[in-house]
Amino acid sequence: MNASTGASIGAIIGEKLGMTQIFDDDNRAIPVTAVKAGPVVVTQIKRPETDGYAAIQIAFKEMSAEKAGRPATGHFAKAGVAPHRHIVEVKVDDPDAFELGQTISVADVLEAGKKADVTGITKGKGFSGVMKRYNFKGQSSSHGVHKVHRAPGAIGACATPARVFKGKRMPGRMGGDQRTIMNLEIIQVDADRNLLLLAGAIPGPKGAIVVVREAVKANG
Amino acid sequence: MNVIEQIEAAQLRDDIPEFGPGDTVRVHVRVIEGGRERIQLYEGVVIARKGRSGARATFTVRKISFGVGVERIFPLHSPIVQQIEVTRRGDVRRAKLYYLRNRSGKATRIKEKRH
Repeated sequence: MNASTGASIGAIIGEKLGMTQIFDDDNRAIPVTAVKAGPVVVTQIKRPETDGYAAIQIAFKEMSAEKAGRPATGHFAKAGVAPHRHIVEVKVDDPDAFELGQTISVADVLEAGKKADVTGITKGKGFSGVMKRYNFKGQSSSHGVHKVHRAPGAIGACATPARVFKGKRMPGRMGGDQRTIMNLEIIQVDADRNLLLLAGAIPGPKGAIVVVREAVKANG
Repeated sequence: MNVIEQIEAAQLRDDIPEFGPGDTVRVHVRVIEGGRERIQLYEGVVIARKGRSGARATFTVRKISFGVGVERIFPLHSPIVQQIEVTRRGDVRRAKLYYLRNRSGKATRIKEKRH
């Protein structure tokens, strides 16, 4: 679907701006996430002959030349573009359809009415208990339960097997993981403002960097 | 103005009269029944307004229907609200009139605002 047509790269980098709601044609209020998507520039083209696979590297959010480290400065200079903050590699079928330094905007990649997949890093929740982390039920708030209302309860049997099984769900670090939300409807693509409106929530806090792709399972 | 505010500003309606908690309003609601659209009236006391200036603002209207208290929450800027008529200005001292839920009959009366 993406690069087979030769034109679209099928993915774009964006920044989550926040959520609001809009009214659709049926007057329903649709919760939407606003994403500042692109423009991105092509910084590297990977070909099967040289790299063993075909991919396009895109970069988002220009930064000042002083802030770029020396390796980054060299890498961006090779592509003939200013240094950027975020780099993402996207697999494509035909890398020759793109050229170094080429600018790609949201409108080139996504279209209103279609579906998109969004990948990002979820909000960190710190060290969380099992109720929050795994939706355990916890224990009774009364009936003699003492100080263990949110505790997991038993975590295994007795002398057999005399150990706790690996992978037993317990408290620990939660959030801060990469997650992909699939099949979000694209409500609006605004090329002038580089703005993308998606129906529903996406991972991360405001300001989070996300990758928006054409939905891979859009047809079921 | 940030982008979220811009998106919301595009949704805002400018034909909404000034009203607040304690006021009695008549809301003209668009109802679609069997493919036909008609206007339904819903009249009652505004007991809460939420959301201030944004497109997500709502207001709650309470009325007594056949002896049963009914509350409807309308999105202030929703296209289903065709018109809002303010029929009476109430003089109340708080922003949320949830106490009306615990009262009935004469005790639910609200003083009219004097100019």
